[in-house]
Amino acid sequence: MPKVKSLEDLMKIKEQALKDLKMRGSQKRGKIVVAMGTCGIAAGAKETLKAIVEALNKNNITDVAVIQSGCMGLCEVEPTVEVRMEDQNPVVYGHVTPEQAERIVKQHVIEGKIVSDLVVRKGEV
Amino acid sequence: MEKSVCKEHEKLYRELDEFIQEVEGDSSALIEVLHKAQQIFGHLPIEVQEHIAEKLNIPVSKVFGVVTFYSLFTMKPRGKYQIKICLGTACYVKGADKLMDRFKEELEIEEGEVTKDGLFSLHAVRCLGACSMAPVVMIGESDFYGRVTPDEVPKIIRNYKNRGGK
Amino acid sequence: MAVSTNTILICAGGACISAGEKSVKQVLEEKLREYALDGVVRVVETGCMGACDLGPIVAVFPEGVYYQKVNTENVKKIVEEHILKGRVVEEMLFEGPQGKIAAEVYEEHPFFKKQVKIATRNLGIIDPMNIDEYIARDGYFALTKVLTEMTPEQVIEVVKKSGLRGRGGAGFPTGLKWEFTRKSQSDKKFVVCNADEGDPGAFMDRSILEGDPHTVLEAMTIAGYAIGGQKGYIYVRAEYPLAIERLKNAINQAREYGFLGENILGTGFSFDIEIRIGAGAFVCGEETALINSIEGKRGQPNVKPPYPAQKGLWGYPTLINNVETFANIPPIIIKGADWFASIGTETSKGTKVFALAGKVKNTGLVEVPMGITLRELIYDIGGGVPNNKKLKAVQTGGPSGGCIPAEYLDTPVDYESLKELGAIMGSGGMIVMDEDTCMVDVAKFFLQFTVDESCGKCTPCREGTRKMLEILEKITRGEGEEEDLEKLEELGKIIIDSSLCGLGQTAPNPVLSTLKYFRDEYEAHVKEKRCPAKVCKDLIRYVIDSEKCVGCTACARVCPVGAISGEVRKAHDIDPEICTRCGSCIEVCRFGAISKVSP
Repeated sequence: MPKVKSLEDLMKIKEQALKDLKMRGSQKRGKIVVAMGTCGIAAGAKETLKAIVEALNKNNITDVAVIQSGCMGLCEVEPTVEVRMEDQNPVVYGHVTPEQAERIVKQHVIEGKIVSDLVVRKGEV
Repeated sequence: MEKSVCKEHEKLYRELDEFIQEVEGDSSALIEVLHKAQQIFGHLPIEVQEHIAEKLNIPVSKVFGVVTFYSLFTMKPRGKYQIKICLGTACYVKGADKLMDRFKEELEIEEGEVTKDGLFSLHAVRCLGACSMAPVVMIGESDFYGRVTPDEVPKIIRNYKNRGGK
Repeated sequence: MAVSTNTILICAGGACISAGEKSVKQVLEEKLREYALDGVVRVVETGCMGACDLGPIVAVFPEGVYYQKVNTENVKKIVEEHILKGRVVEEMLFEGPQGKIAAEVYEEHPFFKKQVKIATRNLGIIDPMNIDEYIARDGYFALTKVLTEMTPEQVIEVVKKSGLRGRGGAGFPTGLKWEFTRKSQSDKKFVVCNADEGDPGAFMDRSILEGDPHTVLEAMTIAGYAIGGQKGYIYVRAEYPLAIERLKNAINQAREYGFLGENILGTGFSFDIEIRIGAGAFVCGEETALINSIEGKRGQPNVKPPYPAQKGLWGYPTLINNVETFANIPPIIIKGADWFASIGTETSKGTKVFALAGKVKNTGLVEVPMGITLRELIYDIGGGVPNNKKLKAVQTGGPSGGCIPAEYLDTPVDYESLKELGAIMGSGGMIVMDEDTCMVDVAKFFLQFTVDESCGKCTPCREGTRKMLEILEKITRGEGEEEDLEKLEELGKIIIDSSLCGLGQTAPNPVLSTLKYFRDEYEAHVKEKRCPAKVCKDLIRYVIDSEKCVGCTACARVCPVGAISGEVRKAHDIDPEICTRCGSCIEVCRFGAISKVSP
């Protein structure tokens, strides 16, 4: 990584990063973001993350990235998971146990149907 | 036997010395060095404090003063798995004292003590900052348990017993 | 936590309610209770599902079965057939397009309404381990703007004009602090980020460090440029291992990109940041104690003045701000002082992050404009007190703060109003207490904390708080005398006036504020030897209601000291002499026969 030397350099990184965030032009079709703050981990986010990765592997899904993020504040419904699929509004799910995680992969990622009963919020912030 | 213990110790001291070299013997890094030493030795016996004082070129009294000032430093050995029960306000309001009682009962030790097999020690700690998950228990440095009820205590202990000394 | 096997969604859109949804919901809940399913099946009201002509609509998950035109009669079938026996009620099935519904049924959680996110703008949105995602959300643009377009004086002017005040507790104007440090003449100056978040119940700084570490690095570098400093330290609690790990990663990335180190952005300005880890001492949150701790010494406070802005780390001028304060800086630089000053009240600008915890439904981290009322915070965002209990008080500011009683819920939250009530904004911990909380016990809890954490350097704090604690212990044991309450007040005032640092100067607050608002509770303890909230062990007894007790022996088996006696199938009895008031019996009794009484 060459050092950033100007506003133009920074703009370039931002544009590329925005593309990556929205997943345009990359090989990924979507991403699943698991909130991994201390509160999320205390609520079992590590197991949830594991279950998501396993569910994706089991179904041979390679074009969905799994990444971690910080706490979005609503600790009451931890573990929380955000699913961002290409050209769709992101959806945040709450109380995602390993079993629910498997359901989310099956229903949302594979079948494209939102898991309504777990939804906490929808849309860009 | 005696010899191997010494060898083992030598290795630990070497690891500590390497860290002290990394901070370039900077005496303001004393707290970092003590953290590292406690991680290596499990606690901070006076011999280790003397060693650190010599390497950082400061009086032992200063090292001792710092060790005794901060609650995270200990001169007594601790268990392999340190069970830390958060007694912050939110956890207290949600019944952390009952959790502490249950742990004491199950492990048959008091706060600050180590079980006979050396596996567990029990500590009341300051707010861990996971108040929304109160009451919270942390075991070791990274295992968090949230919304723990007294009835879950035996299961948690069993998990670590099964892992044993590993 | 109860595990729900099914979730039933009922549409609560306008059309469905007019079609009778309210009573459908009631019948549904009654039916569930009848089959003792109310604990395992969750009933959730949702927004309009968009199929109003077929309403009311009810959906059962996880199966995802939708029913239409549900009324008070056929809703019973859903419970008896679908939930109980797992058979779909064919004749009620929804005939419209399901996919359309699925996308529309939920409504945003009320938790997110009324929040304005500035300091926590990136939390849960970006990957904290990836600097590019921070940049995608305008990260490091403020630093670039500052270094390429602004003089240090202009930066300070913007911060001053924004009206930003310290978010760590005292609320000192941030811009002034920057200006004082800038004006101190020295060839070496430091920037320190106070991340020693010690107040029990506050976790916003941890969340920011864990979820958005770069914002702190960027703001510290901006501060370094503004005051003329070369080096920064972040002092983090050892209790936050995850925060430390993510900060370390962020520092490495920022160095790689050239936002830290020599000749930043080719402008000739150099600045670097190091992490220093605490070792468990609450007093280190006080600036002079923190400085001593960074220097590797015992973390004891010094007499002020000189202030750190004049003589701080190793005797050089030092700027100390806390994590949340720093997190506000980049948006202020990018969006301008006027934008920030337009949010909040006359004297308290911008937003404040609060950690909602205790007896409140939606625990968590919220960022709201200054001036919002406590009621909006606790009820509209927090969802109120669970289990239909009554709110008794709100504790703000941790061990330095106070308890605000329910009658002041409409107070706007800003630095001045809270202080007037005897509490403080503090770092933003907000703990909700209900009728089961004993205020004397709470005061004792906080004082126990300060007694443990008093560093011992000055006498009023070391000895005074201990004396206050002894009196409180006496009161909760039922041995209090009437003059004890006056003694507490007198001692409290002396400690406030004569202590060396902020710890001692605020330590009596929890006692004085509860004495002010809940004096009747203190008096009940002292005069009647009674604990109205039934918490103080020496003042309560456990009794078994012989009418309700069926003699199942569950309580006798669980009692650790064998204080419960009685024959099988006959009412049991608790011997108050042996009973240790551990409460195990209440937890196991399935008949609600055991209760606590305080004479």
